[in-house]
Amino acid sequence: MKAACGTVHKFGDNIDTDVIIPARYLNSSDPAELATHCMEDIDKEFVNKVKAGDLIVATKNFGCGSSREHAPIAIKASGVSCVIAETFARIFYRNAINIGLPIIECKEASVAIKEGDEVEVDFDSGVITDKTTGETFQGQAFPPFMQKIIDSEGLVNYINNK
Amino acid sequence: MGMTMTQKILAAHAGLESVTAGQLIEANLDLVLGNDITSPVAIHEMSKMKVDGVFDKDKVALVMDHFVPNKDIKSAEHVKEVRQFACEHCISNFYDVGQMGIEHALLPEKGLTVAGDVIIGADSHTCTYGALGAFSTGVGSTDMAAGMATGKAWFKVPSAIKFNIVGKPSKYVSGKDVILHIIGMIGVDGALYQSMEFVGEGIQYLSMDDRFTIANMAIEAGGKNGIFPVDDLAIEYMKAHSKRDYKVYEADADAEYSAEYTIDLSTLRPTVAFPHLPENTKTIDEVGEIKIDQVVIGSCTNGRLEDLRVAAEILKGKKVAKGIRVIVIPATQQIYLDAMEEGLLRTFVEAGAVVSTPTCGPCLGGYMGILAAGERCISTTNRNFIGRMGHVDSEIYLASPAVAAASALTGYISDPTKL
Ligand code: SF4
Repeated sequence: MKAACGTVHKFGDNIDTDVIIPARYLNSSDPAELATHCMEDIDKEFVNKVKAGDLIVATKNFGCGSSREHAPIAIKASGVSCVIAETFARIFYRNAINIGLPIIECKEASVAIKEGDEVEVDFDSGVITDKTTGETFQGQAFPPFMQKIIDSEGLVNYINNK
Repeated sequence: MGMTMTQKILAAHAGLESVTAGQLIEANLDLVLGNDITSPVAIHEMSKMKVDGVFDKDKVALVMDHFVPNKDIKSAEHVKEVRQFACEHCISNFYDVGQMGIEHALLPEKGLTVAGDVIIGADSHTCTYGALGAFSTGVGSTDMAAGMATGKAWFKVPSAIKFNIVGKPSKYVSGKDVILHIIGMIGVDGALYQSMEFVGEGIQYLSMDDRFTIANMAIEAGGKNGIFPVDDLAIEYMKAHSKRDYKVYEADADAEYSAEYTIDLSTLRPTVAFPHLPENTKTIDEVGEIKIDQVVIGSCTNGRLEDLRVAAEILKGKKVAKGIRVIVIPATQQIYLDAMEEGLLRTFVEAGAVVSTPTCGPCLGGYMGILAAGERCISTTNRNFIGRMGHVDSEIYLASPAVAAASALTGYISDPTKL
C-alpha cells in the first residue's frame, strides 16, 4: 500500500459523524458534494484549508455516533489520505476500511502530532513519522484480512475478486 | 473457556463450535436493514458487485423513515431509488409512507427480529433488537450492500461488559434513566468494540419498551451491541408479534467479562444528559434552572406506546408552558393508532403539543422541529451532539418522556415527581 504523506489537521476527542457531515446534507450521496461540507460543524474553514494528501489526527473515539458512510466518504473525497487516532468508533472503523480510507490507531502519535505538522504513514510497517519534529511512532498495523480489503480498495472489489 | 451470550450467537451463525474475543469470523445473517439515507448508497455499491440480486428477498428490510414524508426534492429522489430497487428485487419488507415507522421500533413490532438472530443494519441504532436476545449491530452502507448480496458479514468477535441489574425502580425512573446513568458512568467510549450484556433479577422490572430503550443506546457508550436474556416477557412479546422461531442463548457460567458493574435500579433518579455528549449526565436533582424552548417526545429511543402513555399521564388536563413548542412523534403507524384509541393524541393536542406522523424528523436535525441559534431543546432522543438538531449554537438535553413532559409544563427542565 502506498504511504500517506501530508499536512496535519488536528482534532480532539469524540469527533462524531454529525459534525463530520451534518445530517442536513445527507439528502445527497455524491462524494464531491459531501466533501464541500466535510467537518463543517466543528471547523468551518476545514474545506478551504484541506489539500490532497493531508492527514487528520484526532484523539479518542473518532467517528462516533451515526453509522453514515457519508462520513468517511466525505473525508476521503476531500483529499485526506489517512486518519490517525487513538481509537476509532467501531462503525466508522468498518466503514473506512470498507470504502478504502486508510486509518491507523496510535495513542502516542495522536497526542504528540500537532496541527500543521508534516506527517508520513507507512502502512506496511505501521510506522508514523512526524517530519516536522523528527519523531516516529509505531501504529497498529491492520490484521491481514483487513489489509486485503484495503488492498482491494474496499469491500466491493474484495468480494468481486474472491 | 466459556462464551458470552453474544459470542454463542455469533459462533452458531459462523458454523463454529466456539469463538473467542478478537477472532475474525464470517457469520450468516438473518436480516439486513437499511433506511432512506443509507440504502441509496448501499444500492449503488451493490450494483458494482458481481451478483444477480439480493441473497433472500424476505431477509432484507428497507424502511423509509428519516426524511419522509419527503422533506425536499433530493430526499424524494433517494426514496424513489429505494422504492424502485425494492420493486425490482421483490423485497417483501419495504416500508414506505403509510406503512412505515421508525425502523428500530418497526422491525420488532412487525416480528422481523427475534431472539438468537444475527442482524446488521445500516443505522447505528440497529443494536436495539438486543432487547429480544438477538445479536444486532449497526454497520455502514457498503456492509449493508455486501450483506444484501451475500447474506454474510465479517465480525471481530467482541469481548463483553456485564451489567448486573438489581433492585426495583421508583415511579418515573425508566429505561432511559438506566441507560443514561450507565453512559454517564462509563463514558461515550466506555464499551468501545464490546458487547454490553445485561443480566440480573432487576430486569423483571424493566418492560420490553424499557429494554428497547436501553439496548438502543448501547451505541452511545461505543458498544457493538447490547443484549438482554430471553425471559417470559420477551417470549410473550415475540409470540404476540412474530411467527418466526426464536432461539434462546445463554451465557456460559464461566464466560469471561472485561468488566462487571452492578446497577441498583432502586437508587436511580431521573437522569438528564447535558450538551454536547450523552455522557454529560446529571440527576434531575442536580440540574438547576435550565430554561427550554422546545420539547421533542419521540424517536427510536422513546417513541413507543409506553413512552407516550407516561407523557400523556403528566400532560393530561394541563397546558404546556407559554412559549414552549412541544412535538410528539409516535414511532410507528401502529403506535399512532394505539395512542389514538387510548386518547393520548387528544391529550397532547389539548395540552398544546403537536402530533406528527411517524418520522425521525428532528432527532437528526432533518426537519419537523429544527432549532435556531441559542435555542434549547429537551428531547427523548439519543444524541445531543453539536448541531444534531439544527444550528451549531443550539443545545439538546436528553431525558426520559416523563422528564420531557414535566419540562413542557414548566418551561424548565423539571422533575416529574415534583409537579
Ligand atoms: S429516530 Fe433518530 S436515532 Fe433513531 S433511527 Fe431515526 S434518526 Fe436515527
